[in-house]
Amino acid sequence: MSNAGKVLSDAPILETRGLTVRFGGHVAVNAVSCAFHRGTLTAIVGPNGAGKTTYFNLISGQIPASAGEVFLFGENISHLPAPLRTRRGIGRAFQLTNLFPFLTVHENVRIAVQARANVGIKLFSLWNSRKDLIGKADAILEEIALAHQRNVPAMNLPHGDQRKLEVGMMLALEPEVFMFDEPTAGMSVDEVPVILDLIKRIKASGGKCILLVEHKMDVVRELADRIVVLHNGTLVADGAPAEVIASPVVQEAYLGVAQKTKEAAR
Amino acid sequence: MLANIFSQDLPRSKVLTVILVVILAGLLATPFIFPGARSLNVGAKIAVFIVLAASYDLMLGYTGIVSFAHTMCFGIGAYGIGIASTQMGPTWTAMAVGVVAALLLSTVLALGISLFSLRVRAIFFAMITLAVAAAFMTMASQLSDWTGGEDGLNFKVPELISPAFSLSDEKFLGASLDGKLIAYYLVVVVSGGLFLLMLRIVNSPFGRVLMAIRDNDFRSEALGYRNVIYRSLSSVLAAVFATLAGILYALWLRYNGPGTTLSFDIMIDVLLIVVIGGMGTLYGAVVGSALFNIAQGYLQDLLKLAHGNIDTIPVIGALFHPDRWLFWLGLLFVLSIYFFPFGIVGKLRAGALARKPTAT
Ligand SMILES: Nc1ncnc2c1ncn2[C@@H]1O[C@H](COP(=O)(O)OP(=O)(O)OP(=O)(O)O)[C@@H](O)[C@H]1O
Ligand SMILES: [Mg+2]
Repeated sequence: MSNAGKVLSDAPILETRGLTVRFGGHVAVNAVSCAFHRGTLTAIVGPNGAGKTTYFNLISGQIPASAGEVFLFGENISHLPAPLRTRRGIGRAFQLTNLFPFLTVHENVRIAVQARANVGIKLFSLWNSRKDLIGKADAILEEIALAHQRNVPAMNLPHGDQRKLEVGMMLALEPEVFMFDEPTAGMSVDEVPVILDLIKRIKASGGKCILLVEHKMDVVRELADRIVVLHNGTLVADGAPAEVIASPVVQEAYLGVAQKTKEAAR
Repeated sequence: MLANIFSQDLPRSKVLTVILVVILAGLLATPFIFPGARSLNVGAKIAVFIVLAASYDLMLGYTGIVSFAHTMCFGIGAYGIGIASTQMGPTWTAMAVGVVAALLLSTVLALGISLFSLRVRAIFFAMITLAVAAAFMTMASQLSDWTGGEDGLNFKVPELISPAFSLSDEKFLGASLDGKLIAYYLVVVVSGGLFLLMLRIVNSPFGRVLMAIRDNDFRSEALGYRNVIYRSLSSVLAAVFATLAGILYALWLRYNGPGTTLSFDIMIDVLLIVVIGGMGTLYGAVVGSALFNIAQGYLQDLLKLAHGNIDTIPVIGALFHPDRWLFWLGLLFVLSIYFFPFGIVGKLRAGALARKPTAT
């Protein structure tokens, strides 16, 4: 990595050092050291089971690491549980949709807005009385094109809308680090642009750090400033998209395979 | 205004609204339309069990945690009043001491159990509450100098709410205006207030987080909520309200014993009330408590009536024997759970929603 010599203001927002996790004998993420900077969208690619989601889980604290460290703004957050990492600015949209099924679409987003606003434990005020939070949740519903489903319980949404809501909840957290895990997986062709435009807008707003796990290479090509390749839990390539995609090793062994299996699956 | 008293969580079903109004009007009018000790007892018990069941719903229906120590807190409240009265005399000061001591003990126990076990797993919490409740029950019957052991405690309450006190020698609409009547309205009005307070809590930002944790505790953590804090607070609040219910019950009965407030039988009654009324609705506690206590109070009479007419028919006659009331109650419950898996309130609300699908 070529961070050496850069000025301090360009210090990475997020960094992992030797991050490792073992499940029994299986090393799912193997000593991954990588730094992520402000204003950059890094695509993380690799075949199924490469450890991409697990790497995310280690960063956001869902799974404890066997070894290695995670730094956020230069501070070691390895010892922090997931909620506290989120409060410090790590946002996560999950690969497997992860909603509050019995709450409405608006309430799902609102819970996230409230987490960000750090309303605290207010026992005797009315949920419906905080117009600012309600308005914010509604604005996010507009952004993810779900305003028409506002009062539908999340469990009754079609799959594509659930994926959008998943992303909307991360948006509500206003994080410093956005972690998208295959945000468009299983979406219909006409729904995908909503998410892609959204990612582009976050990117254009500048200053944020975006991590994107994505199998679709056209999406990666379009959005990524940098590509990191994981294989069997190990970081095997890291660089500008053109370089990484062109590199014969990656082309042969990983990207080609990953793309083909995905395409065959549909 | 009215909507705010109900924390903007209105019944959302015409039938349910009517049922609730009937229950409320019934409770308020009982002393005059059904005079007599029996109906007053049923009325007061309905009111107390609304608070007890609603507080259990706060934990079970809204937070998704199962506790078996809920009647322990109910008992702590009742013993608080009973012990304070027997040790210090039936003064208001003694009552205040009993209330404060009971609330403190419940809070400490609930907080202790929560922090100790909720960090691990919700199911672990259920097991710990079972153990603590069993230990507490043994303790209550062992410390018979204080608690009256298995026999329980008969005690006096301050004069104003005791039967000896009389407002007037005249009867009013067939009801004697005595301390018992004041006690009855104290129980009903305070229960109503406590219910509205719980309705406010479940409709606060805090309440929605509880529901989120119930729905998906993995995601609530991922959003930055520390589940253990919210779950613990929910269980402490439930304990506090159950204790208050116990206090009211003791003030009303002027008696407390293990079988009245502490036993697992009552724990099961509460569970049934919540499930039949409709978990996670709070209104379910009102409907469930009314239904359950009326059934428990009058089913035997009804059977006696039926039995009198058909006791000559062999099997059927035996089936309707008054001693079989528990069998009929059980059957009623099984059927209602079968037909209303989301409870009566859930059923009524779903019905109302289906009739006007646009009005969400
Ligand atoms: N909690 C767990 N316990 C045991 N093994 C796990 C666990 N989580 C992941 N694994 C294993 O770790 C490996 C990496 O899984 P991971 O989900 O991170 O892959 P991925 O790169 O996200 O794949 P995909 O593209 O299919 O989403 C897989 O072999 C998986 O079976
Ligand atoms: Mg994955």
